[in-house]
Amino acid sequence: MSEATSHVNPRMSQEPIPDTAVERVSYLAEGHSLRSWLLTTDHKRIAILFLISITFFFFCGGIAAALIRLDLLTPAPDLLSNDGYNRAFSLHGIIMVWFFLIPSIPTTFGNFLLPMMIGAKDLAFPRLNLASWYIFALGGLATLATVVLGGVDTGWTFYTPFSSTYSNGAVFMAVTAVFISGFSSILTGINFIVTVHKLRCPGMTWGRLPLFVWAHYATAVIFVLATPVLTIALLLVALERVFGIGIFDPRLGGDPLLFQHLFWFYSHPAVYIMVLPAMGVVSELITNAAHKQIFGYWFVAGSAIAIAVIGFMVWGHHMFVSGQSPYASAIFSFLSILVAVPSAIKVYNWTATLHKGDIVIDGPLLYALGFIGLFTIGGLTGLMLAMLSIDVHVTDTYFVVAHFHFIMVGGSVSAFFGALHFWWPKVTGRLYNDLWARLAALLIFAGFVMTFTPQFLLGYEGMPRRYHVYPEAFQPLNVMSSVGASILALGYLLPFTYLLWSLRYGKPAGPNPWGATGLEWTTPSPPPKHNFETVPIVDKQAYCYPVGGRGEQSEPRTQNAKQDDG
Amino acid sequence: MSLHFWPTQASLHAEHVDWLIGSFGILVALLAAPVFILSAVYLVRYRHGRKADRSQREAGNVWLETAWAAIPFLLVMGFYVWSTKMFLDQQSPPDDALTIDVIAKQWMWKFQHAGGQREINELHVPVGRPIRLTMTSQDVIHSLYLPALRIKQDVLPGRYTQEWFAATDTGTFPLRCAEFCGTDHSVMGGRLVVQTPADFAGWQAQAGADRSLAQLGHTLFDRLGCAGCHGGNAQGQDAQVRAPPLAGLYGKPVPLADGSIVRAGDQYIHDSIMLPNKQVAAGYEPLMPPFGSVLDEEQVAQLEAYIRSLGAGGDR
Repeated sequence: MSEATSHVNPRMSQEPIPDTAVERVSYLAEGHSLRSWLLTTDHKRIAILFLISITFFFFCGGIAAALIRLDLLTPAPDLLSNDGYNRAFSLHGIIMVWFFLIPSIPTTFGNFLLPMMIGAKDLAFPRLNLASWYIFALGGLATLATVVLGGVDTGWTFYTPFSSTYSNGAVFMAVTAVFISGFSSILTGINFIVTVHKLRCPGMTWGRLPLFVWAHYATAVIFVLATPVLTIALLLVALERVFGIGIFDPRLGGDPLLFQHLFWFYSHPAVYIMVLPAMGVVSELITNAAHKQIFGYWFVAGSAIAIAVIGFMVWGHHMFVSGQSPYASAIFSFLSILVAVPSAIKVYNWTATLHKGDIVIDGPLLYALGFIGLFTIGGLTGLMLAMLSIDVHVTDTYFVVAHFHFIMVGGSVSAFFGALHFWWPKVTGRLYNDLWARLAALLIFAGFVMTFTPQFLLGYEGMPRRYHVYPEAFQPLNVMSSVGASILALGYLLPFTYLLWSLRYGKPAGPNPWGATGLEWTTPSPPPKHNFETVPIVDKQAYCYPVGGRGEQSEPRTQNAKQDDG
Repeated sequence: MSLHFWPTQASLHAEHVDWLIGSFGILVALLAAPVFILSAVYLVRYRHGRKADRSQREAGNVWLETAWAAIPFLLVMGFYVWSTKMFLDQQSPPDDALTIDVIAKQWMWKFQHAGGQREINELHVPVGRPIRLTMTSQDVIHSLYLPALRIKQDVLPGRYTQEWFAATDTGTFPLRCAEFCGTDHSVMGGRLVVQTPADFAGWQAQAGADRSLAQLGHTLFDRLGCAGCHGGNAQGQDAQVRAPPLAGLYGKPVPLADGSIVRAGDQYIHDSIMLPNKQVAAGYEPLMPPFGSVLDEEQVAQLEAYIRSLGAGGDR
């Protein structure tokens, strides 16, 4: 009752409202000129630059998605031409994968929080961090140039020899855009790895790292090891396309499957780039909502590393019907089942963390629960796809489309919104209205389920993906999916209104509105430029919430945190 | 199965795949159930402000972790064995299978029967008989998808792939391209027409091929002047032994100039016509011009049929 009528969260009651002097020295107040933003080396400001950029691309990709779903309302090709439709889904895939999902959580919340969570002033290489954003922006401009040049029709997968020889779209520009953005990933990855190794504050041992940091460490390793393979594959496509060097086209003496091996050697681990940071976010959100130590810390942390390692050995499961050796397929099938084990461990551990918790059901928790539910369905249908005989029937159909949207959109985007809501008070210093947050979380969940569940059925019934014209029997499920998509769109738009509203009218958040234990919550909100007045000294594990529940003041994690508060 | 949300089954394999996904679906739902049920129960029982026993919290339990990692894994492994065996069985068509050539190109499916019947976007087959499709593409990668049979196989340029089936029901079933191939990908489809043997024989007669695929190949062989080097009737004797004889070649091991040995299957013959310098037979000069820009895949398939008709040299 009190929750429904008041937007004041019970978690928010204990902290004092900070004086405005604290806000004045915040990182946001360190210069207001455009120059002070574009030349900043502060990881928090760079995180904001990334947040604005990827939000822009999220809307670009969303417009393409809207066109697709509108067009699929009818079986006939009425809204878009065949080529127009092919360009819409290609652009949707390219933008959403490389300009939203891959950078989404790492470059924004990873950038903002990684140094703060380990008690550091900044990332190890602040200027490299800024370079990473500029490279990303350049890649983004190249993507927009692709659109201006008439778009690209290869799908985000750039399969050869279609992309290298036959396509008449702006393939070279699109490939260049992705090629450039890859360097941004690599630089961010290097920065994160070095930061975690070298900049942990005294007492922040590996066993005390927040799980968000473990997840980003695993992600950074994939960034550094996998991205160069994509870079090489795209370079080869460009060479064949521009100079006619026979690498993939059999008419020139090449092998088209070589491209698929190179592409998926990156792109399967890339799925874990999208989902591991989301898992890190969920570990933070669940422990805080339950006000309880994570269940099985080492299992959750270790499974992030296991996913990163095994994730490199499963790429062939995208190629079961490609013509690769059936015995290779049998091995890839086994390894794909194996990689599901660490994911299952995480999900079971999150559930166990709720046991005997002191749970506040608010916006961030609803997003985290949305992640767990949708990720579980996405993961288990992934297990179905790992089964060879099932995959032969449903691969390249809407079943696969539904499966990976459950993981990447239902899972990762929910976690992104969860992170946005959980750390919004820290990033901006303001509180939003939690009632709206809960409503948006429910809308997103309901819209998502309605959009993508029908697609599992469509796929099993035999509707291939990337089909613009389809048999009439498939129309009811497609209409259901499109209606769901409009609810989903509404759900995604809602947070932008009340979050922006909170920037001006929101109450000051105070340093720690959720009573959380992470080091980032020991600083004022928004944090000052160098994060910590004095170097924190950690003497506890992560998530040391008081045993007696919320009635007691949660103990600060550092010996000198009291001074920071004052 | 008349359920609206379930696709038609038209083969034993399709039935097996449906049983696999149905039973595996149940297992998967059982594995997910604890997450959904327990989360809901805990959210209610341990909600803030509600009195509950929160003492003796555990921060971990190795046995529990081992159990929930190992038990689901082992259960899934049972299905892995089932699914993989089914998949590997599906790789080798029975010996009595009827072979039909499939040539994909942007954006149509072409079929060539051994009797010389040719059709576009429509494939006639007899019910009950195993059918082997030998497939290749004229341009980009396509994928031949027969949802009612639960099978799909990519069709690659420059390479033969195959899939096989034995339809148990007569009728007309959809046939689609499942690998994105450009502008008209979504309309690159057609029909699989499964007929009783009598109807199929009637169709064969009415489709009216006056010459078999091998005879078409023979005509082509003569027209291209292949006999100049390979000998008349492909016997090799009146030629000045510039090229290997082709009679009895099919299926035989061929020693190559680089010392390796390759079996003269469809792929070898295909490559020897299109890219002859790729694998040169031992004892011969690499003189043959590549026909890659002269012939299309349908013609290559006809030449192969002709060479096959000259007798097999061994086990296929």
